[in-house]
Amino acid sequence: MPCCSAPRPTGNGEAGMSAVTERLQADPEFTEVERAVINRLQTGLPLAHSPYAAVASELGLTEQALLHTLTDLLDRRILTRFGPMFHAGEMGGGLTLAAMRIPENDFEDVARKVNAFDEVAHNYRREHELNMWFVLATEAPEDIARVIAAIESATGYPVYNMPKEEEFHVHLHFPI
Amino acid sequence: MSISTSRSDPDYVLGERDRQLILATQEGLPLVSDPWGKLGKQLGLPADEVLVRFQRMQEAGVIRRVAAVPDHYRLGYRFNGMTVWDVRDDAITDMGRQVGELPFVSHCYRRPRHLPYWSYNLFAMVHGTNHDEVEDKASQIQAVLGNTCQGHTILYSSAILKKTGLRLRKT
Repeated sequence: MPCCSAPRPTGNGEAGMSAVTERLQADPEFTEVERAVINRLQTGLPLAHSPYAAVASELGLTEQALLHTLTDLLDRRILTRFGPMFHAGEMGGGLTLAAMRIPENDFEDVARKVNAFDEVAHNYRREHELNMWFVLATEAPEDIARVIAAIESATGYPVYNMPKEEEFHVHLHFPI
Repeated sequence: MSISTSRSDPDYVLGERDRQLILATQEGLPLVSDPWGKLGKQLGLPADEVLVRFQRMQEAGVIRRVAAVPDHYRLGYRFNGMTVWDVRDDAITDMGRQVGELPFVSHCYRRPRHLPYWSYNLFAMVHGTNHDEVEDKASQIQAVLGNTCQGHTILYSSAILKKTGLRLRKT
């Protein structure tokens, strides 16, 4: 597979997308410090006094340099967030994956309507007949059905609910 | 390095102050030398209590960890493949465990079918820096599933429409 950083040609699947969507990026380049910070902070901040100073000293940085790099990575949206990752199920809430089948000419409009729901945590476009996939997180498990009904009524399209029935493994780490 | 989902403590009850801390950090932890002190000031709590509450929530599994969430596209993981498999119901638990153990599978779940549109009941998420890498990982999954699987496909994501993380409503 050739490695190339030229912009990807726009496939038909991506045609017509603009405001609500975010184009895929060319291969990124990071400084050594950025790499170290991204890799280290995905695994978790120690819950201790002066946690940033502790991580900085592990990485051979000053606390100020660590905080500066972290802030910059967030501003550039390399990192979407830095903070506690809550486990919705453990907060007694509801969590599910749902999919919709949206005709191309209605896609942007429906994406906007779906994203307007606070309960929609992530939403991805995927190349399949079911082309919109989102995670719903609600404070109470019984709210899931209500939110799904509200999304169906706001958009006029059916929502396919695919709650997890069994969890086999979750490990999330993207080394760079 | 991998982080498994921790089993939570079923007896842990989220207190009002825990809820306030969750609400105050949904956008992120303060990027200052003493984040616990800063949160404490905001909420009228001693810094030590803030820290202890975070430690307890993490032990109980309410918080998986306090960490950076990357936009994986921007890290170069441009190919995000949701591989989905139609696995015989009597084999799914065993197969799901085996697929979940593959080091490159980031999430693995059993989910319901929606016939006739959707016949797949096993979801395994894989990421790659190119298309072939994802296809290669999928063929390794296929080798594990063998004849327990009657069909599969890979759904590539082509855009992030929203990514805000989990939220509590400010009721």
